[in-house]
Amino acid sequence: MNHIPTDSRYLGALADPQEFWEPLDISGEDIPRLLTSLKLMILIRCTEEKIGDKFGQSIIKCPCHLVIGQEAPAVGVSSSIAPNDRVFGAHRSHAHFLALGGSVYRLLAEILGKNTGCSKGMGGSMHLLDIEHGLYGTVPIVGATIPIATGAALSAKMDRRAAVAVSFLGDGATEEGVFHESLNFAAIHSLPVVYIVENNLFASHLHISQRQPYDSICRFAEANGIPWQRVDGNNVVSVRRAAEIAFCAARAGNGPQLIEAVTYRWRGHVGHREDNDVGVMRKENLVPWKKRDPIDRLVISLEKSSAITESQIRCLWSEQRAAVDAAWEQAVDDPYPSENALLDRVYFVP
Amino acid sequence: MTNYGSALREGFAYLLSNYPEVFTIGQGLWSPWYVGNSMTDLDKEFGKERVIDTPVAELAMTGVAVGAALTGKRPIVIHPRVDFALLATDQIVNQAAKWCHMFGGQVSVPITVRAIINRGGEQGAQHSQALHSWFAHIPGIRVVMPATPADARDLLIAAVLGPDPVVFIDDRWLYEIEANLAPVRELVLRDVTPAVRREGTDITLVACSYSVHLCSLAAEKLIGEGIAAEVVDLRVINPLRAEVIIASAKKTGRLLAVDGDWSNCGMAGEVIARVVEKLPPNSLRAPPRRLTLPDAPAPTSKPLERAYYFGADDISVAARELVAWK
Repeated sequence: MNHIPTDSRYLGALADPQEFWEPLDISGEDIPRLLTSLKLMILIRCTEEKIGDKFGQSIIKCPCHLVIGQEAPAVGVSSSIAPNDRVFGAHRSHAHFLALGGSVYRLLAEILGKNTGCSKGMGGSMHLLDIEHGLYGTVPIVGATIPIATGAALSAKMDRRAAVAVSFLGDGATEEGVFHESLNFAAIHSLPVVYIVENNLFASHLHISQRQPYDSICRFAEANGIPWQRVDGNNVVSVRRAAEIAFCAARAGNGPQLIEAVTYRWRGHVGHREDNDVGVMRKENLVPWKKRDPIDRLVISLEKSSAITESQIRCLWSEQRAAVDAAWEQAVDDPYPSENALLDRVYFVP
Repeated sequence: MTNYGSALREGFAYLLSNYPEVFTIGQGLWSPWYVGNSMTDLDKEFGKERVIDTPVAELAMTGVAVGAALTGKRPIVIHPRVDFALLATDQIVNQAAKWCHMFGGQVSVPITVRAIINRGGEQGAQHSQALHSWFAHIPGIRVVMPATPADARDLLIAAVLGPDPVVFIDDRWLYEIEANLAPVRELVLRDVTPAVRREGTDITLVACSYSVHLCSLAAEKLIGEGIAAEVVDLRVINPLRAEVIIASAKKTGRLLAVDGDWSNCGMAGEVIARVVEKLPPNSLRAPPRRLTLPDAPAPTSKPLERAYYFGADDISVAARELVAWK
């Protein structure tokens, strides 16, 4: 049986691709909620596969950082997010956008640079916004939204709102000084912010073993007196349980929280390819990592407990694929922003 | 009479009194040392929750302000020396300046970054730079360079109450300058244009911030020699509204751009470009000229410092040469 170490420096078995292949333990879980999570993860994967295909055909040109294989952190966290919470993401944030309830159509339109996109065609894949669903911005300057989320938490605290700010970041962002500056500030001001570190072991092409002396990010939380939890990031149930604890604590005024969700991306840093030739043990590890599939593991556990049949699963996939296809067809014919958008939006027009 | 430093403090007090969403954040705010008399005891008057002294973390503090600005606040980030604002460049240039545009005009970032130029005083290369031209290069940031006590107060208020990110740079050498202040006027920053501080017919002197003061002193001296210099104060250098400068240069036929910063890719060169590209080739009676700092970091040694900074006399010399040009 694999175990998760208590030492904040080491991932232990979580970093071993031969571990954590088993179905999820869903005893005591609410089945409709699990089905919602499953549906959302399938929607995210279908969307990303569509984007990957179109990228491969050079129909999409905008750089896209696909989230295939690491759908569970966004989905697991999303059920803890309340209407007044503010969420910030980074370069690989399609899943955050969709998990919060964002529309596939508006995401695809944005990636195509269309006026109907979530950022009105001015942002592309790396700059997503969906205020209505709590997504206050995603940007690809690594680490940039960590202090911004921390500031949203300061704002909530000043207003005495029970709202939480959420910062999604990757393991690479923890190498930026601003991560440490932010954790320090959040801790001394006891700010209601939850940092979700999706540790997929890679920053672009470089494995964490080539970048950091230890592979777990939790040590930085510990250094700042911030409570941390480390979970199998490909287990949507574990992520959800950790998020419930962290959000509850942050909302109750107990200060910042950090969750490290250990996962792995199936595609390369950017684009549709798997990039098997890049990075430590990438070629050897990708196959076993695919056996830690967040979707398949949930499917098998649901099937085992007779909560869903094989044909229902097939139906779920085809429904989501059809929804993504329809969204694509709609977005692809939409108009581009008019040329005056170039100068009209440099400064804010109320 | 109110001096420039006190006028700034009046601006802060006005904002903190009337707008609960305003707060200030930066290093040294609970100390009497770092920001002259411009923020004295604001923490005691308005509380340490709204006048926040911070850890040594310029980048994160600016990011925190951006996040607060996105969620309903109007933060003012303070850098007691503009040199340190460079540590926050990502948040100012990549984030605050870009969010409105790259999110399709759906969000605004009403953050004001207030930084101080600490010219001279043997502070040297890393404590006395003037970097306004850097920031003015970036679309999306409004850059304010107040030269008078009234502008120090009223443009600070306009910067904070507007919807856009603003870099507001004041100069320690202006702090003792005094003026009688009218009651506060809430200006709209996008409508603020350069101002003619002194009218003249023989030459146009264009400057911002402390250099405006030097130009006024030079103009005073020149008038005794029969040279009537017009002094134009830029006030807001990005976006630059050039109409007033062009009209003045057209009227006087001579242009001297004065800037207490370096020359290459700088404000003085921009002023000249704006004028010459709008006027017919023979409109000026002499080639336009700029007076700036030497292209070197600021020294600490006293005699080198004297050589480094120009004064009103240097402006007068340059103006005389332009007027005498044949």
